[in-house]
Amino acid sequence: MSDQVILRVATKIIVPTILLYALYVQFHGDFGPGGGFQAGVIFAAGIILYSLVFGLRRTQKVLPSWVARLAASTGVLIYAGTGVVALLKGGKFLDYSVLAHDPEHGQHLGILFVEIGVMITVLGVMITIFYFFAARGREDL
Amino acid sequence: MEILVDFALLALLAVTAMAVVRVTNLFAAVMFAGIYSFLSACLFTVMDAVDVAFTEAAVGAGISTVLMLATLALVGSKVTTPQFRITAMSTKVPPRRPIFPLFVVLVTGGILVYGTLDMPPYGNPDDPVHNHVAPHYLEESGHEIGVPNVVTSVLASYRGYDTMGETTVVFTAAVGVMILLSSLRGRDTYGQEAWGDEKVQDLDVGFVDAFGEEMDAPSPKVGRRKKRKRRKKGGRG
Repeated sequence: MSDQVILRVATKIIVPTILLYALYVQFHGDFGPGGGFQAGVIFAAGIILYSLVFGLRRTQKVLPSWVARLAASTGVLIYAGTGVVALLKGGKFLDYSVLAHDPEHGQHLGILFVEIGVMITVLGVMITIFYFFAARGREDL
Repeated sequence: MEILVDFALLALLAVTAMAVVRVTNLFAAVMFAGIYSFLSACLFTVMDAVDVAFTEAAVGAGISTVLMLATLALVGSKVTTPQFRITAMSTKVPPRRPIFPLFVVLVTGGILVYGTLDMPPYGNPDDPVHNHVAPHYLEESGHEIGVPNVVTSVLASYRGYDTMGETTVVFTAAVGVMILLSSLRGRDTYGQEAWGDEKVQDLDVGFVDAFGEEMDAPSPKVGRRKKRKRRKKGGRG
C-alpha cells in the first residue's frame, strides 16, 4: 500500500496525532475518561496503522519485535514492583498511601506508576500480537 | 429520547449481527464485525460508560479488525481455496435443516431472558450494586485518593489487585499467541507453497488483496482468483 500517496501523507499526519492522543488519554485519565489500558491500545493502534501503510519492515526499524516483547513484560513488572515498593515501605501490597509522606500524594504516585505499567504492557502485547499475525509465513522476521 | 436512541442502536446491532452471519465474503464479515463493535461503543456511551466505550472502540473496532484482516491476508477473503472447499463440501453433503441448533439457541435465549426478569431495574438507586461499596467509593475517594475520576481511583487503587490480574492476563495472552504462532512457523501449513511467496512476502500486498481490487497480480494463480471474484460480482449485480 506504500505507493498510495494520499494514504501515505494522511498516515504521516495522523500517526503522530494518535500517539500524542494516547499520551493525553494516559495522563489525563485522572480527570477524564481513559487510563492505561485505553492509552496503550490507542498507541498500539497508531503503530499498527503505520505498519499497514508503510510495511512491517519499516515499522520494525522503529520498534523492533524484541522491544515490544520487552515492553509487555516490563509493564507487569512495574505494576507488581509498585506493590512491592509499598510492601518495603511498611504498607500492604499495592497500598500506595505509604509511597509518599502525604497519603494522598502517595496515592497519586501509585496510580501514576500503575497506569504506566498497564499502558506499557498493553501496547507491548498489542504490537507483539500484531507482529506475530503479520509475520506469519515469513522466515526473515 | 434516550430510549429511542437505545432502540435504534440495538436494532442496528441485531441487523449487523445477522449480516455477519449471512454474508459470504469474509472481508465484508470482518467489516461488519467492526461496525458491530462501534455500535456497541455507541451504546456504552449512551449508558454513560465512557471508559468501556473507549476500550471497545479501540480494541473491538480497531485492533481486532486489523488482526482479522491480517488473517484474511493469509487465507484469502473468499471461500474458494481448496482446503476450504473440501470442508464446505463435506459439511454440505447431507443437506439437513438446522432445527436442533435453532432449538438450542431459542432455549438458551429464553433462559437468558428469564434470568433477566429477576434482575433489579436498570438505574434504580435502590439496586444492590449501588448500596454495597459504591457509596463509599463515590463519597470517600475525593479525599482518600484525591483523583477526580472515580473510575480511575477504583480501577487503580481500590481494585488494584484486580487490575494487576488483568494486566497479567493481557501479558499471558501475548505469551499464548507467541507460543502458538512460533511453533507453527516454518512448518508447511495451509499451503503456503501453493500460494507462492509473493503472496505473503509483504503484508501490504496481502492487504490490498483482501480488498479484492487494485492489485497487479504477482502470480497467475492470484489473477485467476480475482477474475472469478469479478465474475461473481457481475452476476449478482
